[in-house]
Amino acid sequence: MADLRSNFVGIKSPNPFWLASAPPTDKEYNVRRAFQAGWGGVVWKTLGAEGPPVVNVNGPRYGVVYGADRRVLGINNIELITDRPLEVNLREIKQVKRDYPDRALVISLMVPCDEDSWRTILKQIEDTEADGVELNFGCPHGMSERGMGSAVGQVPEYIEMVTRWVKQYSRMPCIVKLTPNITDVRKPAEAAKRGGADAVSLINTINSITSVDLDLFAPEPTIDGKGAHGGYCGPAVKPIALNMVAEIARSAETRGLPISGIGGVTTWRDAAEFMALGAGNVQVCTAAMTYGFKVVQEMISGLRDYLDSHEMELSDLIGRAVPNVTDWNQLNLNYVTKAVIDQDACIKCGRCYAACEDTSHQAIAMKPGRVFEVIEEECVACNLCLDVCPVENCITMRELAPGETDKRTGQPRGDYANWTTHPNNPMARAAE
Amino acid sequence: MTQAKLTPGVVPGRLSPADYADNFADVAPALIPHEARVAADRCYFCHDAPCVTACPTSIDIPLFIRQIATGTPDAAALTIFHQNILGGMCARVCPTENLCEGACVRMEAEGMPVEIGALQRFATDGMIDQSHPFTRGAPTGKRVAVVGAGPAGLSAAHRLAAKGHDVVIFEARAKAGGLNEYGIASYKTVDGFAQDEVDWLLSIGGIELRNEQRLGDQITLPALQADFDAVFLGMGLGGVNALRTDGENREHVRDAVDFIRELRQAEDLATLPVGRDVVVIGGGMTAVDAAVQSKLLGAENVTIVYRRGQERMGASDHEQHHATSSGVRILCNAMPIAVHGNGAVREVEFAYTEDMPDGSLNTTEHFRLKADQLFRAIGQRLDGAPDGIALDGGKIAVTGPGRTSLAGVWAGGDCAAGGDDLTVTAVAEGRDAAEDIHAVLMTRTAAEASGP
Repeated sequence: MADLRSNFVGIKSPNPFWLASAPPTDKEYNVRRAFQAGWGGVVWKTLGAEGPPVVNVNGPRYGVVYGADRRVLGINNIELITDRPLEVNLREIKQVKRDYPDRALVISLMVPCDEDSWRTILKQIEDTEADGVELNFGCPHGMSERGMGSAVGQVPEYIEMVTRWVKQYSRMPCIVKLTPNITDVRKPAEAAKRGGADAVSLINTINSITSVDLDLFAPEPTIDGKGAHGGYCGPAVKPIALNMVAEIARSAETRGLPISGIGGVTTWRDAAEFMALGAGNVQVCTAAMTYGFKVVQEMISGLRDYLDSHEMELSDLIGRAVPNVTDWNQLNLNYVTKAVIDQDACIKCGRCYAACEDTSHQAIAMKPGRVFEVIEEECVACNLCLDVCPVENCITMRELAPGETDKRTGQPRGDYANWTTHPNNPMARAAE
Repeated sequence: MTQAKLTPGVVPGRLSPADYADNFADVAPALIPHEARVAADRCYFCHDAPCVTACPTSIDIPLFIRQIATGTPDAAALTIFHQNILGGMCARVCPTENLCEGACVRMEAEGMPVEIGALQRFATDGMIDQSHPFTRGAPTGKRVAVVGAGPAGLSAAHRLAAKGHDVVIFEARAKAGGLNEYGIASYKTVDGFAQDEVDWLLSIGGIELRNEQRLGDQITLPALQADFDAVFLGMGLGGVNALRTDGENREHVRDAVDFIRELRQAEDLATLPVGRDVVVIGGGMTAVDAAVQSKLLGAENVTIVYRRGQERMGASDHEQHHATSSGVRILCNAMPIAVHGNGAVREVEFAYTEDMPDGSLNTTEHFRLKADQLFRAIGQRLDGAPDGIALDGGKIAVTGPGRTSLAGVWAGGDCAAGGDDLTVTAVAEGRDAAEDIHAVLMTRTAAEASGP
């Protein structure tokens, strides 16, 4: 049976599933329940500087985007960092770590952007025996208005500067949490690396308005008739997170920098995808907030079964898909596929037809008896039909064999050739 | 009360008041909003959806379900009512498993269709409680007579009124609604829904309802033809087929439709007499409605006997399951030979049958069923067709959208040949005939206007 034990920048945990710094990790009670449920680690909800704690709104903190059957696809939140006194959090962290020495316990930090503040907080947390720190340069709401969170994370020079202070004043592993609210995520990652970060974690939440109340004409969550943008997370943000993880994993400047993957991890499969794109572990929040801490048990069994069935160790998985993430201009333009509809599996809903006929290439014929057939002469292999088909594996894409004629172009399938050498590419000509 | 249950013969008051109330409560209670949302989420919004094709009134089902799913049930109701003004009753009585739900692609996928009927009821119930959503077109000055205030007549009248014609409905009975009011098991349409629906439908205006006007008695077709610009016949099937069996005239042998009608009109179910051993002969919806309601009134043993194989029963699978789960026994391939008894029925003698390849029945061994009440439910027929109108198989012959052999006379619903004898089919035929009447009347008007 695959060994799920994880060693992420020297921080050990019985599995690679950590709870992200967020509402579920705000206090001892929750974290103990999380560890009892089987979570490998926890990033404690962000601590601020000593003094009167921040206050949260007393109206709703979350906005939600639903899928069918009110399935939560995304949550946005306007909750700030911990609103509990620093000394209470520190005492609880110490107690929990003492009782769960085998679990990872990382402290998320966010203090004003000056050397003194960071030196002070690092000294204050030293006594907790926590395993590491995560620098919250990501929160897009509230704290950013005060010059912290994503306000720092959007300026690579600040990231580098603060990371240096942290490495200077602390012996703990330092993870820099990145905001996605930026044009090129590689720049802050490079800055973190220059500053000496042991790892980056990403993504933090995305600036968002989840919905508008059409009676109040105000964004949700609505506080007394007004709303502020929040941070979006959950399954809906996973594609954005995966891309950002991959960008850092494959960039020459940041290649090899450990990554803690965050963003919509809901099942073992999501976790495996993040890890295949280079994440050494994953952090989870929305799935736990939606279903409770028990979801980790499915993640553990699922990842283990997957590794076993593929005869892989956890380390074999991490980064395995990175070499296959490339630029568009490297894609093989002579790779030809055609949609194939399995008539036995087809339930005759006609969605493939509507999608193709109305919005694509008129490459599906609707025949008497609601029989839907691919017209290979028209099919450009966009696979929209497959995407909208409600039956898994009813529509598949068949790869043309080398030399087989593409009925659409009348050309036989050729060898690998990409855009850089394509005759239609003016740059290709210019290079001649 | 146990004693009353076991009392032999046809007696009233077999149950406690609470049991009557429970037994005749809504058989399929309305969906609550959460249930509707969950059910609506299952619709795939199919292209050229098979459910729409399967609906005799061609309701745009994917559209109305999407409207429910997006929180606009009134818009959903309008989508339904545009095609089927009696969409509320159809939601309750349509054999959906043979129509829209039977065609739902989810049947192919999981064997569990989208609950189209229940969703239709969810949408339409909300609008029946509101003011009428449709308005009449400009007055045409044309007058149309509609014979029968059943589903076909009401549907035709509404569409004609909406077009601006003045409509008079001549209804033989004291109340409008036809089979909706008199011919459907009461647990399918509780709380006076049938009358509420009629009132709501008529509130479009321009429709005068004249009750207790029976064709051939108080009114005649020639008189209507003389007085009106067009006539629509939708009087249904007033006659009942006889068993043609020895002893059929014994006491407590009666037509199921009469029993169902009396039950629907009863102020107090405890006053309705029912046998302890009830036998219903027939295989359609009427047989099931009579049998199940006998059981619910407290009959101890109720048996439906159908002369052919179960696969040929007119009652849908859903109706058959409802019957058997209500404690009714269904016996197929048995035909009545004689009704025995001394004055009143005591036993019914049957012969087992075999369906022969040529469609005939071969009778074999005989047996008897104890019965103190026997219901005939072997079909209705057209009674008193107007003179001179062409018939087809005993019903009024029609071409296209309900045109009869007589100029200016249309027909639809059960009294017209063709189509299934379903509420929804009657609604479709009434609607389509109304559109045709409108087209003919307006063409005629235009021709007159441009004439010499």
